[in-house]
Amino acid sequence: MQAVIEAEEKALTVYLSGEIDHHSAVEIRSDIDLAIERYKPERLILDFGEVTFMDSSGIGLVMGRCKIMKLIDGTVEIANASTAIKKVMRLSGLEMIVKI
Amino acid sequence: MKIKNEIKLSFPSKSCNEGFARSAAAAFAALADPSVSDISDIKTAVSEAVTNCIVHAYRNKTGIIEMTARILENGRFYIKIKDSGCGISDVKAAMQPLFTTAPEEERAGLGFAVMESFMDKVTVRSRLGKGTTVIMEKQLHTKDGGNEQP
Repeated sequence: MQAVIEAEEKALTVYLSGEIDHHSAVEIRSDIDLAIERYKPERLILDFGEVTFMDSSGIGLVMGRCKIMKLIDGTVEIANASTAIKKVMRLSGLEMIVKI
Repeated sequence: MKIKNEIKLSFPSKSCNEGFARSAAAAFAALADPSVSDISDIKTAVSEAVTNCIVHAYRNKTGIIEMTARILENGRFYIKIKDSGCGISDVKAAMQPLFTTAPEEERAGLGFAVMESFMDKVTVRSRLGKGTTVIMEKQLHTKDGGNEQP
């Protein structure tokens, strides 16, 4: 699991890759939170294009970042999620609070 | 139902074994030549069950997780994931979506909901202080209808 973080003006894009589970989510979320604290973006874009597996730990990861972005009046967007990942996201009702 | 093939694994409840457990279950199920979607569903459901053992059953300690997987006749897949951890006081409540006892770890409380959605049948047996057993079954969509030997 890897997260490459790119900061542009007002937007922070996180390119996630590999497998997201309870084991890997801990490290990823601390990397993202540090970047949010540093750049205070208006938009956080989580790019799942290279993610090969995700269980409900990924939902916790997204929901946790939504809470943090809400505190700074920012938004979260999901990009390039595969069909399998969208299946887990839909089950959680995540699309009601995040653009998928 | 007749067992055509079976594996048994036991491993410590270390989070690095989550990936190993789901990959092992998927590799075993793949012997029956199921669809890619079946494999993906099994991986996700097994990951949830094993994570529950690590996060909840053996919270703050390490214990043994036992996994038994079977390919049954007619292309049915069976998997049992058993721990000897703390047990669940109210299984019905624990299986409700968004129920979690570990919100500080950003657990979404969706483990059982994912298992029930991705597998055809989920049975949970638990005794406080003794442990929990989760049994899941799924009809595989095999090219030969499950008639060939896996």
